[in-house]
Amino acid sequence: MPLQSLDIVRRSATTQPPPGVRAAASPSVAKLIDTSKCIGCKACQVACMEWNDLRDGIGTNVGVYDNPPDLTDQSWTVMRFSEYENPSGNLEWLIRKDGCMHCQDPGCLKACPAPGAIVQYANGIVDFQEENCIGCGYCIAGCPFNIPRISRRDHKAYKCTLCSDRVAVGLEPACIKACPTGALVFGTKEDMIQHAAERVQDLKSRGFEQAALYDPQGVEGTHVMYVLHHGDQPELYSDLPKDPRISPTVRLWKGIAKPIGLALMGFAALTGFLHYVRVGPNETTERDEEAAAEARKRTEEQTKRPAPPETRPPGPGKQS
Amino acid sequence: MSTQAGRIETTRVGERPRDRVIDGAIVRYTAGERITHWIVALAFILAALSGLAMFHRAVFWFSVFFGGGPWTRVLHPFIGLFMVLAFVLLALLVQSDNRMSAADWRWLRQWRDVLGNREERLPEVGRYNGGQKLLFFVQILCLVGLLVSGIIFWRPYFAIYFSIPVIRIAALVHAICAFVLIIAVIVHIYAGIWVRGSVRAMTRGLVSPGWAWKHHRAWFREVTNGTSPRPGAH
Ligand code: SF4
Repeated sequence: MPLQSLDIVRRSATTQPPPGVRAAASPSVAKLIDTSKCIGCKACQVACMEWNDLRDGIGTNVGVYDNPPDLTDQSWTVMRFSEYENPSGNLEWLIRKDGCMHCQDPGCLKACPAPGAIVQYANGIVDFQEENCIGCGYCIAGCPFNIPRISRRDHKAYKCTLCSDRVAVGLEPACIKACPTGALVFGTKEDMIQHAAERVQDLKSRGFEQAALYDPQGVEGTHVMYVLHHGDQPELYSDLPKDPRISPTVRLWKGIAKPIGLALMGFAALTGFLHYVRVGPNETTERDEEAAAEARKRTEEQTKRPAPPETRPPGPGKQS
Repeated sequence: MSTQAGRIETTRVGERPRDRVIDGAIVRYTAGERITHWIVALAFILAALSGLAMFHRAVFWFSVFFGGGPWTRVLHPFIGLFMVLAFVLLALLVQSDNRMSAADWRWLRQWRDVLGNREERLPEVGRYNGGQKLLFFVQILCLVGLLVSGIIFWRPYFAIYFSIPVIRIAALVHAICAFVLIIAVIVHIYAGIWVRGSVRAMTRGLVSPGWAWKHHRAWFREVTNGTSPRPGAH
């Protein structure tokens, strides 16, 4: 893979740094999803299907607007609808476009055992390189947002690419293009944070005191961010995690346990070798063979001898 | 006490009951036991190599032995399952000789004498010593852990039935059990190299009387005076 021209800064299961002398000119990018502007029309879902040539099967109606009901290998973004009754007794329809958040510190990339199956570009996009994927599903365990899906067809992991192919040539992601309300915007992360600040201010002036930008620092920020009217309660939006971070279990398993485990295995083998050098083999000597032969002879004699009582030398106190 | 003690028996190859003295050598393992052991050993090596390939990037190249990354992922669980099944067979064959006794714990406490080749100071050992018995139980625990945790994140068949937090814990447990098992097997392999004559016991099935006398004296006595409780020894 031409890593240098792709401006790859991180690669799964790779200990050496990718080529990086060409300081990537590409700035950190972000998609901003303004939940307060989203009308749930799913144009973005359709655009995603179109651009990425994805066609999910026709599902069944599960009684909610979510369609399909969950992310799949063919549906990299899904609108999640939740009906929230606010304290004043009114219904709020909170719609969240779900999909990969493109964490700055991606749990999937940390967990992935296949070199180069997951990469992160200098602009922050986290991308799966399916040709390197082995289909183990560790990325699913590593992801704090429950995003990657493994295809039943080819057993490779798939998720939103943030249209890395489009962004690489200066286009915005397909979903952004299709959004009719301007709920989706794309640009440098800096610009998006600024834009979000304006939106938050606007929402606050309209009575959403807790409006906030969702750019969780537990994963060092994300390259897909939300403007939430209820910024203090992200869980309201179909269980958007309040403080997502890579699970401590995954950190242990994929962090410290890996090098220490491997080192200790090598150390065990080395200890054996050194023990051999120091103490030497535990050999059976001639003496052992003689002792064994002796012992066998003794048992043989003992058991062969009929041991009739009259042959015993009579003696006081002698008992058998 | 049996009267057939110490009799030297000669039988045709392939008909060697365990714990008999044949042509001046003692039969330690029957052909069936040896074959089962080596099947488990082979499966272990394959499972360990394929598993390690997915454990640390430094040894991802082990996957070349299995036909690349995806094949490693596909084969590993099947190899592991096969290893567990073969081990169950082996365990059934040897479990009756692997009950821990007070003397075994004493043997383990004297590990310094064990490692220093000062066997004369140790309590008399039966068919297996404390270390071998401990290894046996460690292996059982690890394999149970590996089997249960491995099934939980076995894709594409079983992982779909478990929640992500459960899968995370299973993956960690799997790694820990595999680590302990690999260390245990490294110790086991080294012990086999270090104690001369052990490899022959598991390849040919035979040990010299002196070997048995030195390392497993209680077993030696059982064998030579015919009190061995092994089936087929009477
Ligand atoms: S399934 Fe996920 S973790 Fe496994 S190799 Fe593919 S991308 Fe990496």
